Amino acid sequence: MTGVVKRIGFGGHGRAIAFFVVPFGVLFTLFYLVPIGYAVVQSLYTVERTGTFGPAREVFGGLVQYRRVFSDVPFWESVLRVLAFGVVQVPVMLGLALLLALLLDSGLVRGRRFFRLAFFVPYAVPGVIAAIMWGFLYSPNLSPFTALTANVDLLSADLVLWAMANVVTWVYVGYNMLIIYSALLAIPAEVYEAARLDGAGHFRTAWSIKIPLVMPAIVLTTVFSIIGTLQLLAEPQVFRSFSSAVSSTYTPNLTVYSTSSVPNFQLAAAFSVVLALATFALSFTFLKFTQRRGER
Amino acid sequence: MLVMGVCTVYFLVPIWWLFVGSSKSRAQFTGTAPLWFADFDLAGNVRELLAYRDGVFLRWMVNSLAYTGGSALLGTLLAAMCGYALAKYRFPGRETLFNVVLGGVLVPATALALPLFLLFSRVEATNTFWSVFLPSLVNPFGVYLARIYAAASVPDELLEAARIDGSGEVRSFFTVSVRLMFPALVTIFLFHFVAVWNNFLLPLIMLGDERLFPVTLGLYSWNTQVNQLPELRGLVIVGALLSIAPLVVAFLFLQRFWRSGLGAGAVK
Repeated sequence: MTGVVKRIGFGGHGRAIAFFVVPFGVLFTLFYLVPIGYAVVQSLYTVERTGTFGPAREVFGGLVQYRRVFSDVPFWESVLRVLAFGVVQVPVMLGLALLLALLLDSGLVRGRRFFRLAFFVPYAVPGVIAAIMWGFLYSPNLSPFTALTANVDLLSADLVLWAMANVVTWVYVGYNMLIIYSALLAIPAEVYEAARLDGAGHFRTAWSIKIPLVMPAIVLTTVFSIIGTLQLLAEPQVFRSFSSAVSSTYTPNLTVYSTSSVPNFQLAAAFSVVLALATFALSFTFLKFTQRRGER
Repeated sequence: MLVMGVCTVYFLVPIWWLFVGSSKSRAQFTGTAPLWFADFDLAGNVRELLAYRDGVFLRWMVNSLAYTGGSALLGTLLAAMCGYALAKYRFPGRETLFNVVLGGVLVPATALALPLFLLFSRVEATNTFWSVFLPSLVNPFGVYLARIYAAASVPDELLEAARIDGSGEVRSFFTVSVRLMFPALVTIFLFHFVAVWNNFLLPLIMLGDERLFPVTLGLYSWNTQVNQLPELRGLVIVGALLSIAPLVVAFLFLQRFWRSGLGAGAVK
């Protein structure tokens, strides 16, 4: 009898479960679910004025804001820009992270502790500070690399996106490396034993055994990187004071920010809803895609 | 080995440059070799920074500590409790709850910042400490990690034994489970800390009063004024060094926990 009750109820621990779950649940609802709902509702409204200076009032506008979002050319240019950024930066960053993790794990390198820390230190630097630092490093009159910056303007319209890609890479390689490296450490020694008996060398072991086994970690880091790329904000916002090439609509998030400070909250809300859906869809598709492949 | 050397240079030179730059006077900053010291006057520069505008920089540092340290500590506890319940109890709606929280991981924080601002302005609570602190408490990824760790590191038999000894569920959590989950909790804490520490948009949108800024926003606001007030450039550089130093030191001390914890999160 008690077994049945347990299966459908709280197993007699209802109060304890409530104690554990409710505090987080309330905050999650207040600061995640409610804002998302509110943004969706806001995005369905539009502000009307009677005359040019008349009082503003909100009226239900249906999908008017979304029509504006979809016909907003600078916004879609900024979307393409961060996609180009992500397509280049994410593989470069994760490739480098994987390479460094494999090297650390291979036993070929001395001073592992030192290198692990050296690569990880930039992660302690918040995006804003990193962008300010690199902004100075790129500036022709301050940079220690004058030979480079005198000839190539890293802050020009053509290059500034990649200058930012470098900042993001610099900050996050070590973090991603550490996640992959931890996954490598978790591989049981017997697997290597078997590989050695089969006569596999360092490269062969890395390629056929290590990389497939750390695939879940690589997938995880990729999803985080995709989310991060679409959220690009601090770096371009900081670079606006170093380079005139970065406009107030340079990335989707900058667009949201500058639209909300105009202020046009309804349109900004529509932008953020579209952006959140896009991020969600992209990460989700990637997860599903890699899971399907893993199940073969 | 060559790869490692090149990468070390790549990762450390900017920080080295920041350190060297922080030790120079304004004239020497542009006039001398950027990667080596001139007259070493870090202390003088720090004094100037701390005195500037009634020591607002120190206030920013304290704010940052309160925002990030406070919300990471409390947020880790809340996430741990929720993740623990998800791992150790069967109750109706458990999977739904977990999936909703997991969906929360994928929602970009920046998409939340704007509606949060609007909601806080409805209750006239923008430009307050709480408008940044409270939303920072929520850490869905922490719940996800806590569930994995609790499932892996807290054996059911032990909880059963505690029950037989007459320990309540809540007491078992604080006396037995928290101890077993401790390395994991450190990891969740660090993740949370870095996420809040890096969150730029929320304070940027919420705060107007300079005295409430976290240090990142403060340095950002100085940096935007460098063109009008060139003396700020030196202060930004010294400030950047001082702001990252505590975290670098914390990383050095806590790295053991990072590794063991990260592994468990990544493998599952």
